[in-house]
Amino acid sequence: MIEIKELHKSYKVGKNSLHVLKGINFSVKEGELVSIMGSSGSGKSTLLNILGMLDEADSGSYHLDGVQIKNLSEKVAANYRNKFLGFIFQSFNLINYKNALDNVALPLYYQNVGRRERTDIAMSYLEKVGLADWAKHLPTELSGGQKQRVAIARALAGQPKVILADELTGALDTRTSYEIMDLIQQINDEGKTILVVTHEEDIAEMTKRIVNLKDGIIIDDKKVNQVKAMANV
Amino acid sequence: MFSIERWTEVFDAIRKNKLRTFLTGFSVAIGILILVLLLGVGEGMKNGVEEQFEQDAKNRISIWTGVTSVEYKGLNPGRRIQMENKDYEILVSNYGEEFEYKSSMNRNWNAVFSHENNTGSYRIEGVLPDYQFLENAGMIQGRFINFEDQENYTKHVVIGKKVRSELFEDKNPLGKLIKSNGINYKVVGVYQDPGGDREESRIFLALSTMQKVFGRGNDIANISFTLPKESNYEVALEKSSALVNEIETILKGKHTVAPFDTSAIRVNNSIENAKQFYDLTDNINLFFWGVGIASLLAGIIGVSNIMLIIVKERTKEIGIRKALGAKPGSIIWMILHESIFITSISGFIGLLLGLLLLESVGSLIQSEFISNPEVNLNVAISTVIVLVIAGAIAGFFPARRGAKIKPIVALRDE
Repeated sequence: MIEIKELHKSYKVGKNSLHVLKGINFSVKEGELVSIMGSSGSGKSTLLNILGMLDEADSGSYHLDGVQIKNLSEKVAANYRNKFLGFIFQSFNLINYKNALDNVALPLYYQNVGRRERTDIAMSYLEKVGLADWAKHLPTELSGGQKQRVAIARALAGQPKVILADELTGALDTRTSYEIMDLIQQINDEGKTILVVTHEEDIAEMTKRIVNLKDGIIIDDKKVNQVKAMANV
Repeated sequence: MFSIERWTEVFDAIRKNKLRTFLTGFSVAIGILILVLLLGVGEGMKNGVEEQFEQDAKNRISIWTGVTSVEYKGLNPGRRIQMENKDYEILVSNYGEEFEYKSSMNRNWNAVFSHENNTGSYRIEGVLPDYQFLENAGMIQGRFINFEDQENYTKHVVIGKKVRSELFEDKNPLGKLIKSNGINYKVVGVYQDPGGDREESRIFLALSTMQKVFGRGNDIANISFTLPKESNYEVALEKSSALVNEIETILKGKHTVAPFDTSAIRVNNSIENAKQFYDLTDNINLFFWGVGIASLLAGIIGVSNIMLIIVKERTKEIGIRKALGAKPGSIIWMILHESIFITSISGFIGLLLGLLLLESVGSLIQSEFISNPEVNLNVAISTVIVLVIAGAIAGFFPARRGAKIKPIVALRDE
């Protein structure tokens, strides 16, 4: 599903150049649930941004579902993001003047799905994350856990190939975090490929594979025995 | 532009962001309102000044005759040329449409008039009704000579203010008789003239009566008329010069006067005096156009500013939308669509309010120098359209910049 080779990325900081990713080789198969770990500054967020086509690598190759991602125009990148990827952010990033249902329906708007169909699909995903009753509420009227559920429903709505989650439990308490991870595990069990960036051990333990990043290189990449989130709630 | 999906998305954003919508709309509406009021007052001021100086705008053309100075077609020089009613009628039938006011005139330089014990010597002029306006005579009592006087050879006279004070002292002259050469004339009006005493010591009566009583036959001494105001001085000058030439040619032909004889038939054109007036209105026009354009510019800058703030405020939303697959074009359109919609609606609301305000309180600010404050509707509507287009263009750049921001940067925006 994801295939990267010799990925390099550096940022200019004043006169100096900061080499963030120093040759990443990494692949993810369909249906995997992978966590990318590392302390801050290890390059994990940069890696996720490149995977999410929000940022571009300096060199190296990146294939997503067999399509080479390189030198994309804004338009094509937008199209790929829309078709291939679903994002979940630490700060939820819901549009605060749209209610839960409309937020979930937004990726479908950019897929040119008609309004009625959009609403139906969005509603079914809200049901899936257990928020059907909250469909008409604005994000400000929802708790952190509920907001993240809406964000997950939104990430799923566009039926992407891969879901990228950036510190998705970073703003939540432990109990809510585990509930969210339970939802992520369910979605993965249904066959969705999911990448989670985190710096929390316990969250990483709930995935099926942990990739450890340090100073821009992968120091460790191992399969783990998945801890079921529900067991800890 | 006409995609229902996009419209619903725009309406959604408008409905859910009432404050932003209100503030944007409010500032645009206020801008247009002020512009309309300004243009209205400017127009009123122009009207007022035009009324004040209207007399000076009059392009008066006078024709009188003298003695031929050169031999022509076997006729000796020194021949006196005399105009008659017929000459006036020819001019009126040829050019009547182009004249604003017209009159022929005959006069007697000195006639002695008396009322009771008072006596005075005055110039008496036989005129047609329009002469009042040609002479700039303002009626302070009664009326001027009218067509009935002319038709019926009445012995009605209009006297100047000076004549009134000399013959009637403090008494009311209306309806009273004054006597000259054993004939009684009834006073029907008193006029005043900006020319002062000299001009106010005249007595007017109908031309027909004059010709009969003083034994002048069909003779007239002078023909004068005015041409209406033109849009600018050059046009006025061109029109009047052409007319003067044609009239000279006609009259010289009729009276067998050499074309280059300048003393037999003379046409005086006062257009040069009108230049100042035309310059004044040109300047007022220029001033208010300048003010108008300046305030339009201020409006455009205001709208651009608002657009900039809107894009800034929506940066994060733009980031989210881009992460979800919005193309740059759709971001630009989203912002422009909303702003064009809001600016046009509120622009027309401001326009309507401005027009209503001008209509309702316009009469209250009427004064010597302001009259009929009003706005040309076409100008006002084009102003709104210009503002909307300029707002869209001004909004395009921040919108494009917003659409160009990398989603990762936009998402970080708090």
